[in-house]
Amino acid sequence: MPLDPLFVGRTYPPETTYEVGRAKIAEFADAIGDDNPLYLDVEAAKGAGYADVIAPPTFLTIINIRAINAVVEDPELGLDYDRMVHGDQRFVHHRPACAGDRLQVTVHIDDVFVRAGNDFLSVHADIATEGGEPVCTTYAQLVVRGERS
Amino acid sequence: MNVGDELPGLSVRVTRKQLVRYAGASLDFNAIHWSERFATDVGLPNVIAHGMLTMALGGRVVTDWLGDPGRVVEYGVRFTRPVVVPDDDEGALVEFTAKVGEVRDDGTARVDITAKFDGKTVLGKAQAVVRA
Repeated sequence: MPLDPLFVGRTYPPETTYEVGRAKIAEFADAIGDDNPLYLDVEAAKGAGYADVIAPPTFLTIINIRAINAVVEDPELGLDYDRMVHGDQRFVHHRPACAGDRLQVTVHIDDVFVRAGNDFLSVHADIATEGGEPVCTTYAQLVVRGERS
Repeated sequence: MNVGDELPGLSVRVTRKQLVRYAGASLDFNAIHWSERFATDVGLPNVIAHGMLTMALGGRVVTDWLGDPGRVVEYGVRFTRPVVVPDDDEGALVEFTAKVGEVRDDGTARVDITAKFDGKTVLGKAQAVVRA
């Protein structure tokens, strides 16, 4: 079933608050083989002018993917998760995410269209602190492969 | 920095062990990244790396060069081909190169990143905007 253009403009408000932790940043940095001291050493991060250790540029994928899945699992859209792939992803950082940040994600559906039998869904997510300070805006295109592709 | 400046490259052997580690760190437990049975059932040649892992490794080329990752103001990629990861100790060799593509009047620069696996690019339009 093709996606309905009526879904453009639909917004998914934050369901939860995610607190960025030093240990999670360290675990993520280790998983990508990165020993940058600004991810791992609080004093080094403070010396560079940050409130605490900062997160790698793609760290917020942790909450971005969870928020996108809330869209994918919306029964009204009727998306088939098993046929979905990530087409592109972009992060626009208003400032680096830091340990101690308490973040919320709001997802917006920007566009839906069909091309060559596949459904395309463009979304963006505003990631901000509980106090409303913008931290990052993410943009993604999701592709749901048609039955014959 | 000047247009055409090349950044130091990075070669990474992505193994199944790293995929498991990244799955836990990123909380992305899609089975195509750890189950050969599931991956082949959905038509893939084998287990594939998380596109977001390949993206993160490409980001390292830029942040290693900058020193301060907080200078990355924007980073985006297209996922054009999968990185197929065999169940052995060698893993999949992914090679990253990058160069400065544009220096802007607002004090930022665009860095263009190339990621190659098996002789082919696996990321499209991989670009970071950094504070110069």
